[in-house]
Amino acid sequence: MKAHLTRRYLFSASHRLHSEEMSAEENQSTYGKCNNPFGHGHNYILGVTVSGPVDERTGMVCNLVDLDGFIGREVLARYDHENLNTLKEFAQTVPTTENLCTTIYEIVKRGFRHAHLERVRLEETMMNSFEYAGETETIQIT
Amino acid sequence: MVYLTRKAEFSASHYYHNPDFTPEENRRVFGKCNNPNGHGHNYTLEVTVKGEVDPRSGFVVDLKQLKEIMHREVLDAMDHRFLNKEVPDFLHRIPTTENIAIAAWQRLATKLDKAQLHRVRVYETPDLFVDFYGEA
Ligand SMILES: [Zn+2]
Repeated sequence: MKAHLTRRYLFSASHRLHSEEMSAEENQSTYGKCNNPFGHGHNYILGVTVSGPVDERTGMVCNLVDLDGFIGREVLARYDHENLNTLKEFAQTVPTTENLCTTIYEIVKRGFRHAHLERVRLEETMMNSFEYAGETETIQIT
Repeated sequence: MVYLTRKAEFSASHYYHNPDFTPEENRRVFGKCNNPNGHGHNYTLEVTVKGEVDPRSGFVVDLKQLKEIMHREVLDAMDHRFLNKEVPDFLHRIPTTENIAIAAWQRLATKLDKAQLHRVRVYETPDLFVDFYGEA
């Protein structure tokens, strides 16, 4: 029987929303306070949902040790307590939570082999969150 | 179609062990959860039903009835129990969060009349939950 398993992780990072393609005024009007040149930070809440048949021998969709190990190595070690703007994936891309959400989705999709990735959810603050489930579905902002 | 979710909490103990595995395998696969004396969690059960809104009552389902069914079918069996030893669903199934969600679904699915069961979600901790949609 197929079940969906969601695991929640926390990390903290800083970013500045600024596009080289926009004028100073346009950056200011688009990103507002988030355009502050010194940056600011968030406690992000990451939700990773995987699915698959429940293994009859273990009762599990996938072993949490494998999922925690992968997310710890490939996502948390990469982003926790970092300035997102200094990372190479955000050299040309604005580190909005939309872009961070799809980037994390691609990391997990490419590298995690123990279960099927359903979606990635990223909460930037208690007031906003983003979900990405791959190309066929669009980002949902709630 | 409207979806309605009702939440309940229960506390239970469990451990993970497969009698077909060697002791080393059991320890390697299940880690700390293999301790045969068990350990416990405060589980949250979320039951989502779907249906059309009854024009007379304005309800998808009578919440009081849904609450009673959840208590009778799931909480009365699992709350303050050692799942491995006291709940027949887990005699031959390891009481993982996945299997608890499946067992709750199986206990509830046939007991609802007006509304249809859409999803059972079981939180083991705030950082881990499983959804079961009745998929084979
Ligand atoms: Zn446990």
